[in-house]
Amino acid sequence: MAATTETIEQVKELGGGDKYKHGFVTDIEMEFAPKGLNEDIVRFISAKKEEPEWLLEWRLKAFERWKTMPEPDWAKLDVPPIDYNDIYYFAAPKRDEDKPQSLDEVDPKLLETYAKLGIPLKEQEVLAGVAGAPTVAVDAVFDSVSVATTYRKTLEEKGIIFCSISEAVHTHPELVKKYLGSVVPYSDNKHACLNSAVFTDGSFVYIPKGVRCPMELSTYFRINAENTGQFERTLIVADEGSYVSYLEGCTAPQRDENQLHAAVVELVTLDDAEIKYSTVQNWYPGDEEGRGGIYNFVTKRGACRGRNSKISWTQVETGSAITWKYPSCILQGDNSVGEFYSVAITNNRQQADTGTKMIHLGKNTRSKIISKGISAGRSQQTYRGLVRMSPKAESARNYTQCDSLLIGDQCGAHTTPYIESRNASAKVEHEATTSKISEDQLFYCLQRGMSEEDAVSLIVNGFCKEVMQTLPMEFAVEAQKLIGISLEGSVG
Amino acid sequence: MSLLEIKDLQATVGEKQILKGLNLTLRPGEVHAIMGPNGAGKSTLGYSLAGRDGYEVTGGSVTFDGKDLLEMDPSERANEGLFLAFQYPVEIPGVAGTTFLKHALNAKRRHHGEEELDGLEFVKFLRGKAKELGMNDEMLKRPVNVGFSGGEKKRNETLQMSVLEPKLAVLDETDSGLDIDALRVVADGVNRLRSPDRAILVITHYQRLLDYLVPDFVHVLADGKIVKSGDKSLALELEEKGYAEFVSAA
Ligand SMILES: Nc1ncnc2c1ncn2[C@@H]1O[C@H](COP(=O)(O)OP(=O)(O)OP(=O)(O)O)[C@@H](O)[C@H]1O
Ligand SMILES: [Mg+2]
Repeated sequence: MAATTETIEQVKELGGGDKYKHGFVTDIEMEFAPKGLNEDIVRFISAKKEEPEWLLEWRLKAFERWKTMPEPDWAKLDVPPIDYNDIYYFAAPKRDEDKPQSLDEVDPKLLETYAKLGIPLKEQEVLAGVAGAPTVAVDAVFDSVSVATTYRKTLEEKGIIFCSISEAVHTHPELVKKYLGSVVPYSDNKHACLNSAVFTDGSFVYIPKGVRCPMELSTYFRINAENTGQFERTLIVADEGSYVSYLEGCTAPQRDENQLHAAVVELVTLDDAEIKYSTVQNWYPGDEEGRGGIYNFVTKRGACRGRNSKISWTQVETGSAITWKYPSCILQGDNSVGEFYSVAITNNRQQADTGTKMIHLGKNTRSKIISKGISAGRSQQTYRGLVRMSPKAESARNYTQCDSLLIGDQCGAHTTPYIESRNASAKVEHEATTSKISEDQLFYCLQRGMSEEDAVSLIVNGFCKEVMQTLPMEFAVEAQKLIGISLEGSVG
Repeated sequence: MSLLEIKDLQATVGEKQILKGLNLTLRPGEVHAIMGPNGAGKSTLGYSLAGRDGYEVTGGSVTFDGKDLLEMDPSERANEGLFLAFQYPVEIPGVAGTTFLKHALNAKRRHHGEEELDGLEFVKFLRGKAKELGMNDEMLKRPVNVGFSGGEKKRNETLQMSVLEPKLAVLDETDSGLDIDALRVVADGVNRLRSPDRAILVITHYQRLLDYLVPDFVHVLADGKIVKSGDKSLALELEEKGYAEFVSAA
């Protein structure tokens, strides 16, 4: 433990004083709000964050809207009613005495998964929320202080802003005001509404004109207080001619007692800019019978505002009890490009309704959708995708490939593509396949000495290859292992 | 001591009795050939030995290297040294040949308590083996058997065998679909594997493989049983006369 604490201390000091200069530490003295959702809570959150008036107004409008909005009911999901008054919106971090005192007190299943992913003990303590462990896996990335220093310096030199969004509200109010809610308006849907009213933190990234961000930016780097993952708000703006690759999440399942997660992610690219956004989502999926588990209701959307700009989403979704998620692209600038690469795995009683929307507005815009859905156990999975060619989307193109793989015969896979074309020169191509993991393939692997689990993992990774290839290297290897782990016990 | 001892083996496939009391013994160092009419149960024998689901052994016993083979699950049988070259090798989309074989070899090494090979060591080792079989890097990178010609698939089976170095290799029609040069290459590959502590069981319809891979024994499998055994001259005899004698007897 000592080494980790030391690293954190040193990292803190780098910024001078107790605040890491680029805003990596949000270390406010917390007072905490009771359970329940009402206007006072919204005001409280805003006050705690010393937010400007406009942001409070925005939160309140979102809250008003939220009250009248119905839950989205069009997804093929069976969502138990949510008691919004039984949730903390500004919660106290757990007291040390309420946390597991050591790894011995942590669910052995969780530890097993950590071991399989090869996560070092110290980091396991962080992930499992053991008493006395630091709140973030600093040493996972910052293996030495010099790395941290270089990292921070490099970003600074390039003029890149990477900080928590509550900090950006103070340090870069003009940027936040200009772009927050500009891609996902607070009224977009019930979950986005809730997030807009009560979001507590998230990341803010701004890449200046002509700058190519020299490293992958990762949420891992940002030091968070506990419990901010629930209503996370992310905003990434890539100015003209810039590029950034952003990684969200991690392969290790984090212990989290908040059942409802409603995040919002907004991306904006101006002329010739590109954002590559990769997610690995492995929240607690619940037990074999579907008890517990996270409800992951996420709104992610990118706007290609500029000409020749590009937004590429890659997601590997293996966790959560219920997933409702459609990372989308609004292709506004002429020649802009949207991509969506997705692997979704559901096992046991998990449910996922996920896909994308590609909204072609500009001329010559192109989009590509590659979706690989794997259903096992008694899970239900739906791919839901919309491709819209608007009247001005001259010569726009879309290619969609949507493959489902079934393991066992008690799961369900559904494909629901919507295609709306209002431009005769636009072309939309859609291919879909559904297959079962073949007994032949499985036996072939077993005959070569592989265990059943290894064989399933290998075959499924092969099935997902096109998507896995788009992941940054750092993520890819762990994500491959994760696929195997998520499907354990699904065969035989 | 024998390496493989099959006694009175009976097996059903979907209710249908295919193997009806088959006896066969292989000693280390020997090469045996099995010939027989279509549908006689040759592939069924291979699958039953390998433990494939759906091939239910209903009677008899199989001892492999002193152990009860039928007690083991399929991957255990493989790791103990039983290799089946498939009559119809299976395609695995998206999985590079190298990756596949690395998983296979490391599974075996783990089973025997040996260190796993890392990526680099393995690639070196694999390249050497592939070269002997006239397979280039490009082929190893391609997904397992996907888009391979019939002959390439068989060559790939031979490569897998030479990487895994089994104690007992069952080659199910590894010669079918091969052109004359490929037949030679594959046969050379198998011959390289011949050693005093290994045995090879070749299932084939044609004498030409046996020209290169001279067997110590030839057996006729008809209607689920070994109905005749002899030396390599039996293969020549069958080539001439066909199976009429055995089929009518059955
Ligand atoms: N899944 C199955 N269900 C029913 N019958 C089967 C099944 N698999 C094999 N059989 C039958 O079992 C018998 C033996 O088949 P097997 O494949 O072992 O023959 P073989 O000797 O290898 O023939 P070949 O020379 O054509 O390869 C055949 O009659 C075949 O139709
Ligand atoms: Mg056969």
